[in-house]
Amino acid sequence: MRILLNIKLPAKLENLGRWMDAVSECAREQGFDEKKIGKIELAVEEALVNICNYSYPEDPGNAEVSCKQDNSRFIIEIVDSGIPFDMTSLPAPDLTSSIEKRKIGGLGIFLIKKMVDEVKYRRQGSFNILNLTIKRGEEK
Amino acid sequence: MEIQTRKEKVAVVVSVKGRMDAVTAPEFEKNVIDLISKGEKTFVVNLGELDYISSAGLRSILALAKKLKEREGKIVVAGLKGPVEEVFKISGFQSIFKIFDSEESALREI
Repeated sequence: MRILLNIKLPAKLENLGRWMDAVSECAREQGFDEKKIGKIELAVEEALVNICNYSYPEDPGNAEVSCKQDNSRFIIEIVDSGIPFDMTSLPAPDLTSSIEKRKIGGLGIFLIKKMVDEVKYRRQGSFNILNLTIKRGEEK
Repeated sequence: MEIQTRKEKVAVVVSVKGRMDAVTAPEFEKNVIDLISKGEKTFVVNLGELDYISSAGLRSILALAKKLKEREGKIVVAGLKGPVEEVFKISGFQSIFKIFDSEESALREI
């Protein structure tokens, strides 16, 4: 496995742009087209926004984003040391209710799952580790 | 993100360019809330030049729609294309919002 990028910053929304620029640049260098890069950006934003908003309810902390290349897979790993939170376990949002009934929220993880080929979460020690995998040559 | 608002006879047209993400969506929301508090009730949101939207953007549009519904107003969307249209589709927003091909048709039929 080759590490292409590693960027650790305080988990704050104001840093979102820096992470996003770095990840899209990395994906572009790996030869992904703009459409795919848009999907990667969306998945990464949703994951990071969750961390910035919910991982550190008390003391502030960091989020670390790495891009890795493993054979035909491009993997984005997002690590934080906040409260244990498995966003992959959230139920799917209700996609059909009317404007009045439709709940605000719950869409982030749903979009992540739609944008990448595989989403995996694990808690390791005091870290939340989220792996987003894009398989090459498989259009999603 | 760039926001332009224009008052037409039947609605206020809000055109959004660029990217609507977790950082910029609150600005869009605030812009429209200001107009709502000035008494505007009908909005056409033109997303024809929007390149990117995340759940934060969708949340803002939904929050505005809820607010307007309470006031018997409405918000419709025009000019969806590319990745923004796809995100609308997969999140079910295409079925809860009135979507028009263009700003012109939205203003004609609203």
